Amino acid sequence: MTTSTRFPVPAAPERTIDVVQPSLPRAFTFGAMGFALVVGVGAYLLLGNYVAGGVGVFLGYLIPVYVASRVRESKRRATDRFWTIVMTAAFVIAVTPLISLLVTVVMEGAARFDVEFFTSDMRGVAGEGGGALHAIIGTFMITSLAAVISIPVGIMTGVYLVEYGRGPLARGVTFLVDVMTGIPSIVAGLFAFALFAFLVGPQYRSGFMGAIALTVLMIPTVVRATEEMLKLVPNELREASYALGVQKWRTITRVVIPTALAGIVTGVVLAIARVIGETAPLLLAAGFTSTVNWNPFEGRMTALPVYSYYQYVTPGFPPETGFERSWTAALVLVIIVLGLNLFARWVAVRFSPKKS
Amino acid sequence: MSTATASGPPRLDQKISHRADKSFATLATASGIFILVTLAFVAIFLTAESIPALTADTEELPGGNGFWAYAGPLLFGTIWASVLAMIVAVPLSIGIALFISHYAPRKLAEALGYVIDLLAAIPSVVYGLWGIAVFAPALVGFYQWLAENLSFIPFFAGPASSTGRTILTASLVLAIMILPIMTAFNRSAFLQTPRLHEEAALALGATRWEMIKMTVFPYARSSIIAGSMLGLGRALGETMAVAMVLSTSGGLVTFNLISSANPSTIAANIALQFPESSGLAINALVATGLVLFIVTFGVNFIARWIIGRRAEFSGAN
Repeated sequence: MTTSTRFPVPAAPERTIDVVQPSLPRAFTFGAMGFALVVGVGAYLLLGNYVAGGVGVFLGYLIPVYVASRVRESKRRATDRFWTIVMTAAFVIAVTPLISLLVTVVMEGAARFDVEFFTSDMRGVAGEGGGALHAIIGTFMITSLAAVISIPVGIMTGVYLVEYGRGPLARGVTFLVDVMTGIPSIVAGLFAFALFAFLVGPQYRSGFMGAIALTVLMIPTVVRATEEMLKLVPNELREASYALGVQKWRTITRVVIPTALAGIVTGVVLAIARVIGETAPLLLAAGFTSTVNWNPFEGRMTALPVYSYYQYVTPGFPPETGFERSWTAALVLVIIVLGLNLFARWVAVRFSPKKS
Repeated sequence: MSTATASGPPRLDQKISHRADKSFATLATASGIFILVTLAFVAIFLTAESIPALTADTEELPGGNGFWAYAGPLLFGTIWASVLAMIVAVPLSIGIALFISHYAPRKLAEALGYVIDLLAAIPSVVYGLWGIAVFAPALVGFYQWLAENLSFIPFFAGPASSTGRTILTASLVLAIMILPIMTAFNRSAFLQTPRLHEEAALALGATRWEMIKMTVFPYARSSIIAGSMLGLGRALGETMAVAMVLSTSGGLVTFNLISSANPSTIAANIALQFPESSGLAINALVATGLVLFIVTFGVNFIARWIIGRRAEFSGAN
């Protein structure tokens, strides 16, 4: 409706041209979510399995939104919405097992998360009671031994690759570190067995043997972390140090490594977190026992993951007692690993060099 | 350095510190060589322990039909389970990586990345427990439905396992376990897409998906392949989760996904048999381990080759 009479315009059509493309109202997407839930529950009840429920929720949301977008928006926008939903679903699919796993471990593990579990071993225990003291001590000793060997070798190799390495030897080492990263953990266990079968005899099992297996797995992780962190140290720092007449090894130990230290510590802690949960190599190399063993060089030594595995496979009677111990060991393991991961992140954030 | 220009003989303290410089360099180089030696040892000792099994009379080995009749089905199971895991994990990891890098709110992205990394931190024995107690039972209904309705497809011939501990379940657990490394790889590749390419695509009116299709994927293709190969290497060697979840029958070669009779994998078989074996049986297990080592070595070699080739021409890293 125009009030001007000097420029009469034809009656404006009811439809105006949208400057903004038409888009689905937010309420519609929420409505589709509700619809998807209904479809999912319906599919679950009808077909009686979780997969059908999940597919129901997915399609129950995807199809209405896609069709509505196709009608109201455009083909291209509809395709865009389609893929947005698919990506989000991929993320949800990945997180669901993580949540399910954490919830299950906490619920099942809580039953035996008591003082006895941390203060007694499995000597003479066939049913109720018993604990994992020997396994916790074993894990601590095996992992410490592996760390004592791996950390210096790993860091020095990283230093070699970044600061010294030139030519075919450096390229060979880089390549073999990559190869080592890919060694399956069970092969590392077999290697430890084969090595000690040759040195001592095929019956020999010990915490030290387990530590050797873990070392093979741990060194490449430490090398990679060190290498990447040292590469981040700006060359100007090294040159400034050389210009002051400082020798190369002092430059490395006093300037380069301190600058990269936070990153290296993070990498080392993550490497420890990786090997502390290893089961297969220790199953082969360190064996299994039910009592505390303080000597890593003689006699079998149980680690926490191996303990959890054996309590599940040979639970004793009644089997629930073994299953409960197994889950509690898993819970302790998850707490340790997640704790180490959080600690590593904290170090990385807290001690990283301030960006100017 | 300075000793050459200094007049007269070098002073004692200079000599000492020069020696320190030398020995530090030697120490670093020795560490590098230590790694060479370790890997050589791995190969040598595995081979040495394998030889008795490879040269033994056929009837002395487990199964009684020679080494390859023993290792063949295990190798098949290993590759089959890994391939199934890859079919699930490759598209999923691309989706997750894109969700984190291009769809999630910028502030949340890093936290979501950590969440995915947590999947990698969980020890495999815990995955095994969870697989038996929660995941496998949850899939039983689905397998029964497959066996009832889709049994004309050989993969779902059934009879459906009543425990859910099938090779499909094991492969799905494997897929979950290798997702983080592949996602991390894809994500860093997606984030390296030149910002200007992305903005140019958006400025031309492309939707987000069109922008990704035009700029991100072409740039990241070789990284996706390399990351997938690394994930495959992990899947081939994963032990405990498969050993615990999978219910096996020895020497079987079948493509049936949902029955309770499944081929075992090399790694799982070693973990299950080793503690109770002795003598030649152990040599046979070590020999299968050597086969696994060679296969994973090959897969990782190809992955690294792809990564190396990419790094050369893209100028990234």
